[in-house]
Amino acid sequence: MPNAHDVLFKTLADPTRRAIFERLCRDGEQTVAALTARAKVSQPAVSKHLAALKQAGLVRDRHEGRQTHYSAQLRALTPLVDWTRRLAGFWEARFDDLEDLLRRMDQ
Amino acid sequence: MTNAATDTLSVVVERDIPFPAEKIWRALTQPHLMEEWLMKNDFKPVVGHSFNLRGEWGGVLDCEVLAVEPNKTLSYTWNHTHEDAAYNLKSVVTFTLTPTSSGTHLRVEQSGFAPTQRQAYGGARAGWQNMFAKLEEVLARTE
Repeated sequence: MPNAHDVLFKTLADPTRRAIFERLCRDGEQTVAALTARAKVSQPAVSKHLAALKQAGLVRDRHEGRQTHYSAQLRALTPLVDWTRRLAGFWEARFDDLEDLLRRMDQ
Repeated sequence: MTNAATDTLSVVVERDIPFPAEKIWRALTQPHLMEEWLMKNDFKPVVGHSFNLRGEWGGVLDCEVLAVEPNKTLSYTWNHTHEDAAYNLKSVVTFTLTPTSSGTHLRVEQSGFAPTQRQAYGGARAGWQNMFAKLEEVLARTE
């Protein structure tokens, strides 16, 4: 099973792709054409980035007539937040042990 | 977004500890004491010294001392190489001690995550801090 963090980091590692995702987070649902108009890359490139985002579960597409609308799936980011929360939890636990040790140490 | 000051993702944990900085410093830098609250190690408080932290789970962290300022700052790399790239980690851990009226304010920051390939690490360096700053806010809004 692919590691969820791995997929998320890899998918969002590309600055152009991340910019597209951030735009969807900020401005809501948009068409490929609208996204392309504000991106610095071609429409096929935007489509390719959207496909990668979709595969990672970060965006959802909705077809309407000849247009495809994309929207951000913010819940897909949960593993990232969980991961950093776990790391913070690791240090909290270490600090608990550190305080315990300090109480036992000679001055 | 590519601002050098915000180009890494980091986790910060802070705590007020009712002991003087000198005592905490010993616990942070003497191997037999470090082992009691952190992990087994062959640490030396010397910039450039390479050492390992060995976890009870069998994992080994590759570390190198980056900064030592007695009773104030300690920084070292915290890297983990795993046969499965998804578990790779490249980061820096920095402890900062600040005296307070009742003891010491201890802060640890772990930053520069690279859970995987070099490419992802580049991405992390390129703007994860900004991205992450928004995450919790965004997730909170959508609960």
